[in-house]
Amino acid sequence: MPRLSSKGSTRPNWPDYMAARAQQTQVPRLASFFAQGTLDPDMPIGEAPLVAMDFETTGLDGNRHDIVSVGVMPFTLSRIRPADGRYWVLSPRRQLSDESVAFHHITHAEVADAPDFASIIDELLTVLAGRLAVVHYRQLERTFLDAAIRERLGDGLLMPMIDTMSLEARIHRQPWWARLRRWAGRPMASIRLHESRQRYHLPAYTGHHALVDSLATAELLQAQILYHYDWNTPVSALWR
Amino acid sequence: MNVEQLDIRSHMAQFAPFDNLPDALLDRIAGEVEIRYFQAGSELLVKDQPIDSLWYIRSGAVEMYQRSGRLFNRLSEGDIFGYADLLRSNRRVRYPVSAIEDTLIYFIPGDVFEAVCEEDDDFSEFVETGGQRLKVTVEQQRDDSGLMTTRVRKLITRQPEMVEASTSLQQAAQQMRDANATCVLVVDVTETQSAYTFTGRDGRYWQLNGILTDRDFCTRVLAEGKSPDTAVGEVMSRKLIVTQSDESVYEAMLSMLRNQVHHLPVLHRRQPVGVLHLSDIVRHETHSSLFLVNNIFVQNTPEQLARLSPEVRTGFVRMVADGANSEMVCRALATIGRAFTQRLLELAEAELGPAPVPYCFMVLGSMAREEPTINADQDNALVLDDSYDPAQHEAYFEALAKFVCDGLAACGYAYCKGDVMATNPRWRQPLAVWKRYFTEWMDEPNGERLLHSSIFFDLAPVHGEAPMVESLQDLIAELAPQRPVFLAALARNAKNRTPPLGFFRKFVMEQDGEHRKSINLKRRGTAPLTDLVRVHALACGSKAQNSFARLDDIAQTKLLADGVTERLRYAFEFMSMVRIRHQADAIEQGAEPDNSIDPENIDSRERHHLKDAFEAISNAQKFLSFRYTMPSRQGASKGAAQPGGNASSRSRR
Repeated sequence: MPRLSSKGSTRPNWPDYMAARAQQTQVPRLASFFAQGTLDPDMPIGEAPLVAMDFETTGLDGNRHDIVSVGVMPFTLSRIRPADGRYWVLSPRRQLSDESVAFHHITHAEVADAPDFASIIDELLTVLAGRLAVVHYRQLERTFLDAAIRERLGDGLLMPMIDTMSLEARIHRQPWWARLRRWAGRPMASIRLHESRQRYHLPAYTGHHALVDSLATAELLQAQILYHYDWNTPVSALWR
Repeated sequence: MNVEQLDIRSHMAQFAPFDNLPDALLDRIAGEVEIRYFQAGSELLVKDQPIDSLWYIRSGAVEMYQRSGRLFNRLSEGDIFGYADLLRSNRRVRYPVSAIEDTLIYFIPGDVFEAVCEEDDDFSEFVETGGQRLKVTVEQQRDDSGLMTTRVRKLITRQPEMVEASTSLQQAAQQMRDANATCVLVVDVTETQSAYTFTGRDGRYWQLNGILTDRDFCTRVLAEGKSPDTAVGEVMSRKLIVTQSDESVYEAMLSMLRNQVHHLPVLHRRQPVGVLHLSDIVRHETHSSLFLVNNIFVQNTPEQLARLSPEVRTGFVRMVADGANSEMVCRALATIGRAFTQRLLELAEAELGPAPVPYCFMVLGSMAREEPTINADQDNALVLDDSYDPAQHEAYFEALAKFVCDGLAACGYAYCKGDVMATNPRWRQPLAVWKRYFTEWMDEPNGERLLHSSIFFDLAPVHGEAPMVESLQDLIAELAPQRPVFLAALARNAKNRTPPLGFFRKFVMEQDGEHRKSINLKRRGTAPLTDLVRVHALACGSKAQNSFARLDDIAQTKLLADGVTERLRYAFEFMSMVRIRHQADAIEQGAEPDNSIDPENIDSRERHHLKDAFEAISNAQKFLSFRYTMPSRQGASKGAAQPGGNASSRSRR
C-alpha cells in the first residue's frame, strides 16, 4: 500500500497518493473516488471547492469506537450554503455508552432505528469527491473515516484535509500541538472549536451536533484565511 | 435537511421584520440563507456594484456611507441592509458598506426576498419605509433623546489610536496629530491569555494598560518637564475607566462624570474599538440639528440644499417636543440658517470664481440676534472692501447676491418684503459707505433711518472677512451712547407697537380698529421687547446682538431698576416659547406656521403668564419715554424729563 511521506517538514504529495491508491485498491467504489483525484496543489484557496465535515463518535479510539452522526457542509470562502449540508444519524456497530448519549444528545432509541454507516458511504463519497475536506482536529475524522470504511469495504480511505485546529495552533506558535496529541478527551474538542471561533468574534453555537459543528468549522476557516493567509494561498500550504 | 438545527431560523425570529413573519415564510428564508464571514475594516459593498441578496447581520457591525463619505447609518446584529438597492430597478449599491467589527453575514437571495415581499405586507412595508431609520427615530423619541436606549457603539466613529508603552512621547504626539486624535491607548503584548487580553490582528495577545490624553501632555509631560524621548508607559494614566460597546450612552456618561474623565475607551468584549469623548455625547444630544448642519455642508447645488428644508421643520418640531427652551431652539435655527447661507456663498464662489475684492456677507435682524423662528424671512447685506470699484466689480457681487438670495428663498427663507437684501444695490456697499450710512442714521435720525437702524443694528458676519462687520459693530457701540437724539427717537419708535393688554377681555383691538379674534405674538410681544432691549443695549454700548446677551450687558449698568432685566428675560422666554410651540403644533397639523395665536386656545395658566409678560413690556415701554427723552435743541442733559416730548407717542395709543 502506498505510504504518505508526511513525516518531518515534507508536505504529503496528495495527488500522487490518490493516483496510486486508485490503481491499487480492489474496491471499485474507492477506486472511482481516488480516481477523481484531489485539487491541484497550486489552486488558490479562494477558488477551492471545500467541504466541512464533522463526526460525533462513541469514543475517541477509531478502532474501538464508532461514528454516531456525520455532518457535511459544502462551501467556498465566498459562500456557505447550509441548504447543501447533509446530516446522518447512524447506528454504531459498537456500543453507545451512556456518557456519549448524554454528550451528543443522541439517544439509544434514535440510533436503534438508524442505518449503518455502510448505507451512507456512497452518498458521503459523492459529497466529498472533488472537494477538499475541512475538519477541526483531523486526527479524529481521518482515523474514524478510515476505520469505518475499512471495516465495511475492506480497504481504508485517506485524503487531504485542512485542519482548522492545527491552523490555529500554527498561528499561535504555542507548544499546544505536542500537548494536543497527548490530550485525551474528545469533550475538549468542541470547546476548542468554540474558543477558536471567539478569537474571530464568531457567534457561539450550541455544539456537539455534527452539522452545527461542520458549519462552525466552515465559518472558522473563512475567518482564519482572512486574518492569517489570503485567498491566493495555495491549498497545498494548508492541507495535511 | 436539518437547517432548523443551525440556529439560523431562531436567530432571525428575534428581529424585525422577521419576527412577525408566519412560520412557513421564515422557514423558507432560513432554508435559503447563505453565509460569509467578513473581517473588521473590510468593504462589504462598493458603490454601484450589482447586488442580488438581502444582507442580514448575524453578528458584528457595519457602517453605511453617503457619497460624500459621511456616515449614513450604523447597523448591528439582527439588522438588514441592501433592501433599498434591491427595490431599485437597476439593483446597484447606492451607499457603500464596510464592517467595523468582524461580521458574519447571512445572505437572503433576491428572489426569496421578492417572494416574501410579495406575500407579506408587513415585511414589504418595513423594507419600503426603510425600517432601520424608523427604528432609530422611535428610539430617539423615547425618553431623553434616547440616552438610555442608544448604545455606546453608535457614537463611535473610528478606531482608537494605539501605541506600545515603549513608544516615545514625541512619536505618540505625532500619531495623535496625524490622526487628529485627542488621546492614544497604550497596549502591550503579553504571553498568556487572560480576562484582560484581546487577540490582535497578528494573532498575539495584547493587553490595554493605559491611556494618554492631550490633557496629559500638559499636566504629566510639560508641567513635569519630561523629555520627548520619554516612553509613553512612564507617564500614561494607568487608572483605566472603560465601557463596553453595547453599554448605554447614559451609563457611559454617568461613568465619565463619576470618574471625572473625558475619554472613555470603548471595548467590544476585550478589544478596544474606539474612544468616547464627552463631546461625542453632547453632539449626540443635539443630534438632529447638527446632523442637518453637517448635511448642509456636503450639498453641491442650491437644488440639493432646497431639498433639505423639510428637515429643518422636522428637526424644529423634534426639539420642541424634546423640551428645548426658546434659546436652544432659536440658536439651532440660526446655526442652520447661517449654514445654508454659508454653503450658498461657497457654491456661488465655486461658480463665479473667487471674489475680486474682499467682502463680508452679513445677516441682519433676527438671524443676527440668533433669534429666528421657523418662518423667518431673509435679511442680509454685503460689505465690500474699500478697494471696490463698481465699474469692474459690480457685476460679480450682483451675481453673488442673486445666487445667495434666490438660494435662500428656495430653502424656505422668504425674500425680505422691505428689500433688505444683498441684491439691493443700496445694501451692497464698501465698508466706508456703510460707516457713513450708520453715522448719518445716528447723527440725523428720521423715520426711514430709524427703521433701518432697528434692522441693521442687529448685524453679524456669516462669510468672508468678519472683521469688516465687526468694525461696524464697534462703530455703533462707540457712537450710539453719545447720540441722545438718536436714542430718544429710537425709544419713541420702540413704543409704536404695544402689547395687547385688551387680550384679557377675550378679544383684541388691533391698531386698525377692527376686532380680531387673534393676536400676533410677534408684532405685539417679542418684537416690541427686542426693540426696547435694543435701545438700552445701544445706550450702554453693548456689542451683543442676542437679546438675552444684551439683557446681560444691560444688567451690568444702572440703566434699569433692579429685577427689571430678569422680568424682561422671563417675558421674552415665555412669549417666544408660546410662539414656538404654536408653530410646532401648526407644522405637526400640516398647517403653515405663523405668529397669530387664538386666545381661545390658551389655557388659563398660560393666559396668566402672558398677562404678566405683556405688562412687563408695557411698563418697560413707559420707562423708555422717561429714560430717553428728546434733548432740547441745544443739547439738554440726558436725564432731564421732558414730558412734552412724549406727546406724539402717547396719542398713538
